[in-house]
Amino acid sequence: MTKQHANWSPYDNNGGSCVAIAGADYCVIAADTRMSTGYNILTREYSKISQLADKCVMASSGFQADVKALQKVLSARHLIYQHQHNKQMSCPAMAQLLSNTLYYKRFFPYYSFNVLGGLDNEGTLHLPSTVGYSSQGSGSTLITPFLDNQLKSPSPLLYPPVDAVTPLSEAEAVELVKTVFASATERDIYTGDKVEIVILNASGIRREYMDLRKD
Amino acid sequence: MDHPSAETQRTLYPYVTGSSVVALKYKDGILMAADTGGSYGSTLRYKSIERLKPIGKHSLLGASGEISDFQEILRYLDELILYDNMWDDGNSLGPKEVHNYLTRIMYNRRNKFNPLWNSLILGGVKNGQKYLGMVSMIGVNFEDNHVATGLGNHLARPILRDEWHENLTFEEGVQLLEKCMRVLLYRDRSAVNKIQISKITEEGATVFPPFSLKTYWEFSAFKNPTIGAEGSW
Repeated sequence: MTKQHANWSPYDNNGGSCVAIAGADYCVIAADTRMSTGYNILTREYSKISQLADKCVMASSGFQADVKALQKVLSARHLIYQHQHNKQMSCPAMAQLLSNTLYYKRFFPYYSFNVLGGLDNEGTLHLPSTVGYSSQGSGSTLITPFLDNQLKSPSPLLYPPVDAVTPLSEAEAVELVKTVFASATERDIYTGDKVEIVILNASGIRREYMDLRKD
Repeated sequence: MDHPSAETQRTLYPYVTGSSVVALKYKDGILMAADTGGSYGSTLRYKSIERLKPIGKHSLLGASGEISDFQEILRYLDELILYDNMWDDGNSLGPKEVHNYLTRIMYNRRNKFNPLWNSLILGGVKNGQKYLGMVSMIGVNFEDNHVATGLGNHLARPILRDEWHENLTFEEGVQLLEKCMRVLLYRDRSAVNKIQISKITEEGATVFPPFSLKTYWEFSAFKNPTIGAEGSW
């Protein structure tokens, strides 16, 4: 008798796009608020953004139950860190924790596509990647080339590597994020409803919302 | 010695299933509706299954999917509420907490490849705050002003998106739910015409006795349906 195969999948894709852009003294992290399954929209008002530490924010899209579990694990680990070290985790430390947590489940992965951004303790930027911006999720294939074009970062293939911090001002970066989501919404069925934008800078953390097409 | 194979312990498919549950927030709390049928594949095996149950003082649970798994969930929740009451500290678990507990149970079972084959709707009111959420069998969860399971997502949610608004009265809410259940009755083959509605408000939960919906079959196209089909009878 052949082995019975399950007729259910432990994974689902609940859609959505995430973007992060780092500037000289700020970091913008954004994600849409639509949660879908198949061709259905489950809800239009679901936040994919999680504040892991005072100055460290993560946006994640993919399979929502795994995203939630991952956010909980990181949050819990951060709390333990705070109890043990009497300080907040720095962004590079959080990034390492994220990496280790994801690898821990290498053979039954968290289906969670994350962008982590934030400011370090001395106010220096923690970049989503060496080019200063990054995008994940269902709209990422539409968003990344557009950011490549608009931010004109030096090629990641250059040797010696040239680190790039976007010369854009905070307001310009926020406008760019809004444009990027409006465009992704046009062509990606899983992106839309609203975009939630979190801006981290020296004075603290700020949240903005913008309506997107609901179709 | 023969050990039972691990494979036979895992859930492969559901046996006795309940169809869609639909719920919405209204002025005083939450309204939830489901039919009372339990299908065994394509047979309508059980016609009087209650799929809406009050949980503790502040919540209402509705389930679709495998009925035996729903009964197991009720046992887990019984224990949860019991321990909560035994603290005897004047505090009680609200709908947010119960929803979170259910999400963790469903996700953990999914992680072990042995899911509880249900889609759950949890609604409630505590300290004036209304809450309505859903959890699927793989742990996907969210909250919203109106939710539905299964085919309800395809047929009822669009109606709710169009006609739901804040501060519906009880009568308006019931009318809206009946409209959704009627569409499901016409179009979902596992639906039965014996509906239960339940409500939960700050004062408590009420599960109303089952009733049936009025349906209309006198469309002229139903008489002589094959009149245009050459060769049919």
